[in-house]
Amino acid sequence: MNTDLLIGVLKRAVATGATAADGYLIEESAFGATVRLGEVETVTHSRDQRLSLRVFAGRASAGASTSDLSRESLERVVDEATSLAKVTAEDPFAGLPDPEELITGVPDLDLADASPALSPEEKIELARRCEAAALESDPRITNSEGAECHDRRARYLYATSHGFARDYATTSFGISVAPVATRNGEMQRDYWYSNARKRSRVEDPATVGRTAATRAVRRLGARKVRTVAVPVVFDPETAASLVRSIAGAASGPSLYRRASFLLDRLGTKIASPAVTIVDDALIPAGLGSRPFDGEGLSTGRTVLAREGVLESYLLDTYSARKLGMQSTHHAARDGSGVTVSTSNLMLLPGRATPSELIGSIKRGLYVTELIGFGVNNVTGDYSRGAAGLWIEDGELTYPVEEVTVAGNLLEMFQAIDAVGDDLVLRDRTAAPTLMIGRMVVAGS
Amino acid sequence: MTELARTRPESFFADRFNVTGGLLERVLGSNLLGRADDADIYLEYRVNEELQLEEGTVKKASRHVSQGAGVRALSGTRTGYAHTDDISLQNLEEAARQARAIADRAGVSGAVAVPSRGRPHDLYALAEPPLVTDLAKKLDLLRKVDGAARAADPRVKQVIASLTSEEVVTLVATASGWTVGDVRPLMRLNVTAIAEAGGKREIGAYGGGGRVAFDFFLEDGRWRRFALEAARQAVLKLGAVNAPAGTMTVVLGPGWPGILLHEAVGHGLEGDFNRKGTSAFAGRMGQKVASELVTVIDDGTIPNRRGSLNVDDEGTATGRTVLIEKGILVGYMQDRLNARLMGMAPTGNGRRESYAYPPMPRMTNTFMLGGEDEPEQIIKSVKRGLYAVTFGGGQVDITSGKFVFSASEAYLIEDGRVTAPVKGATLIGNGPDALTRVARVGRDLKLDEGVGTCGKEGQSVPVGVGLPTIRIDELTVGGTAV
Repeated sequence: MNTDLLIGVLKRAVATGATAADGYLIEESAFGATVRLGEVETVTHSRDQRLSLRVFAGRASAGASTSDLSRESLERVVDEATSLAKVTAEDPFAGLPDPEELITGVPDLDLADASPALSPEEKIELARRCEAAALESDPRITNSEGAECHDRRARYLYATSHGFARDYATTSFGISVAPVATRNGEMQRDYWYSNARKRSRVEDPATVGRTAATRAVRRLGARKVRTVAVPVVFDPETAASLVRSIAGAASGPSLYRRASFLLDRLGTKIASPAVTIVDDALIPAGLGSRPFDGEGLSTGRTVLAREGVLESYLLDTYSARKLGMQSTHHAARDGSGVTVSTSNLMLLPGRATPSELIGSIKRGLYVTELIGFGVNNVTGDYSRGAAGLWIEDGELTYPVEEVTVAGNLLEMFQAIDAVGDDLVLRDRTAAPTLMIGRMVVAGS
Repeated sequence: MTELARTRPESFFADRFNVTGGLLERVLGSNLLGRADDADIYLEYRVNEELQLEEGTVKKASRHVSQGAGVRALSGTRTGYAHTDDISLQNLEEAARQARAIADRAGVSGAVAVPSRGRPHDLYALAEPPLVTDLAKKLDLLRKVDGAARAADPRVKQVIASLTSEEVVTLVATASGWTVGDVRPLMRLNVTAIAEAGGKREIGAYGGGGRVAFDFFLEDGRWRRFALEAARQAVLKLGAVNAPAGTMTVVLGPGWPGILLHEAVGHGLEGDFNRKGTSAFAGRMGQKVASELVTVIDDGTIPNRRGSLNVDDEGTATGRTVLIEKGILVGYMQDRLNARLMGMAPTGNGRRESYAYPPMPRMTNTFMLGGEDEPEQIIKSVKRGLYAVTFGGGQVDITSGKFVFSASEAYLIEDGRVTAPVKGATLIGNGPDALTRVARVGRDLKLDEGVGTCGKEGQSVPVGVGLPTIRIDELTVGGTAV
């Protein structure tokens, strides 16, 4: 790892007029193979490195990043960032975290797979088996957008001009497939996937393929329903997207810009008592786990909402100071500076099985897919395209498409009548099946 | 700072990385030729600058450099792709070896690589490239934007204004022995306003740009118009009523509502989905897919537009492709791979986000030609419906054809008159039949201001859209008022 290189860059920043600086260096290599209808379609190999830098001139700051790590290029990046910092405004809240707050030991979160890497041919074979299982599982699966197998190895290094430097390594491995089902000229596509830090934790490719096929086939014959206000059940995948919206509204930058529907709601009821939302960065081998945040601060478990009451925002050092609070150690680096991101974000499970939730509804919609961007982070107003299955007398009946589901996120979370018991950490954000008492489904 | 935009791509990469056309040919020749149907090397150098003003002061200034090379070998339907961010002969050779591995397994299919088409255009040569303009001038503009948006209405409490300036130098060398480069400027000014009154808060956003110089924002007080628009939208929405829910007649205003075309038909007419038969439009060439009032074009050759390119990212000159002519499906957008496999000509739509990705068929500037109707008459013709003029993003399921796009500024139409503003709502339809219900087309074709970014399979590229005022009978509006 180029620790010396990053420290050299930070030293140069201070030597050329910056009062402080911090930087992040990411080195990664990745492989991806797609197979379509049994034939290899694309194989990609990549190797990347990227250095991002934040410099302070007193209370003013600027950012820079580069993938060109040659000496001349790095010197130019430092000089440009330092001169940019001189044109930005003084901001009393800008600055690095206090050095004594920085993490001392890096916890081992078991984020890197020690097992030997597979050869490209072996990874291609996994994608092939995944797609084959989808194609063979039902005669109505007639086509495919392909299956993919990918893996990635990365190392993250964070350093400050005060001399702090810590790093950690991660791996990830995943397979996915998107089969197409056909009947009477109608085509429906769906998707399934399995991702993990370690290959041994990735689901069997054939299971992934069969799940994807089942999801595609059950959409055949989909129709619109009449416009109506009914209970709506979100499956775990779509429920996770609702939880992501809550996290977005709870993040520091949205709050200090007053662009959040959770503004001034700390300590108040924002959801039904069935809702507890937690962000936990320390889950061993978790896809969203990280031993320290983007400013070198220790990570942990944050309860966002406990039994419906908003308990914490998600803050980095800057947004915390600006709001007169403490960082919750949720800083993340993007190319241009520091932002806020969640780690392993989840809505904790309840007691009901998904079929009990569905069984409790006379007439309603079970949502399995959402499309579009109709979420207003300032007001919470929500309107998205949906596909799923119609619920009639407690049973899933025919598939539904070309409808929207609409409401307001605050009202929707207050109206979560029941939470399923089926939480699985398939991704960085996860939720169990959720039932919302009333939403407007717009169709014909 | 090097003046990227005044450079010639060939000499830029020769001077900077010691990579010349002859050397690229050697890498391609010794490693790839005779073993693949087609092959290319793509070199890219990109500098991007972001300035952001918040709470009346410059909060964020940053500069990003990225560079790299992608090497591709194509054999039959197979693509081998390798990229590196360290441009050197040794790394190019290694990337070529990795890309070739896939072609070796397949052998040569015998399909002949399609010839290139056309000479590169010269659509965005600028007297003063974006990164050359003084920072002081840019920061001054952002302060003026902030002031104008705040002065527009006392209810505007927060303004975020940002200016992005980018220059990209590209060079493509293909196995057929030609080398072609481009230097692409891109600027964008964005304004977000947050208005508050009576315990309610709302957001308005507006912006624009293109492959233009800084002075673009000063012409005709464009920056002021952007600022006032963002403020106006935020304030307007404070008083919006719930949007209606259900199927109704929808009138779309001119310009950015052209995102309808991008989602409803554009993606479905990209070559890859049609070759694979996964598009709802697959096999429908020559059939009626829209009302006879509808002609849809993808044109990458409009000077200074955000979606325009002198050549695409495979070295093919961009063109003007008619996709739908008077309601009949007549064209697909193609890259080299899909054109070769479908026995068609490439259309200059092979694009990629950066050197880190292989190219695929993508849109450039997609718009509907104007018709004969006066916009006011179109609104007058509606008894009860929705008039939608500003949109956020959209998305489409290529295979089922279902698409959405979200209105951020819309009004009720009652008895032929535009009445109350309504809250944001998503509109949903079915691509292959939504345009068959276009009943009126206005004479007021307008291209958008230059804000579009399209995502496909994880790759983002700048695009443009355009639309005249149109009336669509029966589109589903996802409001909450039942």
